[in-house]
Amino acid sequence: MFRQKYWPLIKSLQTGLLLITGISGYTSSRCPIFNLGTLFGVAGSLFLTISGSTVLNMWYDRDIDARMDRTCLRPLPARKISPAQALGFGLALSILGLTWALMIDRLYGIIVFAGLFFDVVVYTFWLKRRTCWSIVWGGISGAMPVMAGRALGVGQIDWVGIALAAAILFWIPTHILTFSMRYHKDYQAAGIPTFPSTYGFRFTRATIAISSVLAAIAMGAAAYGLGTSWGYLRLMAVLSAGLLFLAISSMVKPSEQTNFGLFKYASFYMLSAMVLVMF
Amino acid sequence: MKSISILDRTLLLITGLLAAYQITAGMEGVTLFALLSYTIAFGVLLVAGLLLIIMGFEVLNSPLVVIISTIIPLSLSTGLVAEYLPAWKTGYLAFAGVGFLIIIYTRLKTRGAKAVIPLAFIHSVAGLLIFLLPIFLSLRGVTPGGFAWVGIGGALIGLGGILLTFLKIGKPILPQKTILTVLPGLLLAMTAAFVAGFALR
Repeated sequence: MFRQKYWPLIKSLQTGLLLITGISGYTSSRCPIFNLGTLFGVAGSLFLTISGSTVLNMWYDRDIDARMDRTCLRPLPARKISPAQALGFGLALSILGLTWALMIDRLYGIIVFAGLFFDVVVYTFWLKRRTCWSIVWGGISGAMPVMAGRALGVGQIDWVGIALAAAILFWIPTHILTFSMRYHKDYQAAGIPTFPSTYGFRFTRATIAISSVLAAIAMGAAAYGLGTSWGYLRLMAVLSAGLLFLAISSMVKPSEQTNFGLFKYASFYMLSAMVLVMF
Repeated sequence: MKSISILDRTLLLITGLLAAYQITAGMEGVTLFALLSYTIAFGVLLVAGLLLIIMGFEVLNSPLVVIISTIIPLSLSTGLVAEYLPAWKTGYLAFAGVGFLIIIYTRLKTRGAKAVIPLAFIHSVAGLLIFLLPIFLSLRGVTPGGFAWVGIGGALIGLGGILLTFLKIGKPILPQKTILTVLPGLLLAMTAAFVAGFALR
């Protein structure tokens, strides 16, 4: 029952990727602060909070999801679960996660709370149905786990943490805008303003390309600030070059295949970069 | 076109990991120029493997494939020349640079023999260098015997290059399905031979 009704509410892949960024942010600070107990706390509190915010997002957007082919089979629009159950589940996860985060460290807890607030209140409740620029706030909220993890590790918000957060902030448009192009008609049917519907596909592709490159630059700066070895920096440079190649290809000769390839590669790139930052 | 299988993806993933290892580990005692050349070669191998995993064999339909795949032998051979034939470095670099520009121009702007001859010539020079130079150096005792593996990798890259080039120009030597079936294994064998050769020298 849980796997069918509740598990799809947390978007496990997206949650997992954001969770890895948080753990990566924390482990990037390395010894002597790093320890397994705290690492478990970071993983647990972030998992609960990110999952909670995702469930609350799904709860609020259930009417939109019902109008879109891509999302109409999710548990809420498919009526596998009631709105009250989803709201209760989302609130429980969020409160548990936030409480755990605040118990670990006050600054860490505040940043985790900021992520939840930006995602649920600013992005989902306030801006998503009003402007296509809401993705900026979606990006900022997505950048909070890595910043929280880093702040917990080093005890403050440093420039490396900001660079890591910027990398996620610039990566998120690649993710969201690719979906908004691929499912353009779905979003139009649901009345959600998107970049393609507001500015056209060409501008959207340019935005994806530029944000991908900015994500790679921010990630490179963070890796350099962390004192990552030249070997790893070379590897990151190669992966960044691949990202740049796809971004340019999607501009010069746009196609569904190239755009979705860029989206998948960007996700792989961010995951790889975050794993490299851990070592 | 043949769809990519789990086995293909696994072989390509191992190829990517080997290339990533070589890029990260680097090479001791080589000049920055040679290291950069080798990094570009293994980098293209890594990214090509990832793109095949992500986008499937359909990515080979892109007209850019022939151009991008030329970077591997050109940069690898440039690195070998810079390291073992330093007196030829500038001349070979000029050959590789001009050759690459000619390939870009002829692939995008011309058709038929005009597009194939420069590609075949430049590929052959680079491929023969990668094949023969390490074997020659090993036989002469300039490098340890294990370095000959790079030459074997060179033979495999030549084979792969010929198969792909003739496929792309519409005159496949083997059926397309056969080429795509052996391609992931060929890429892995080639990368493994390069990594082994550089590790054993």
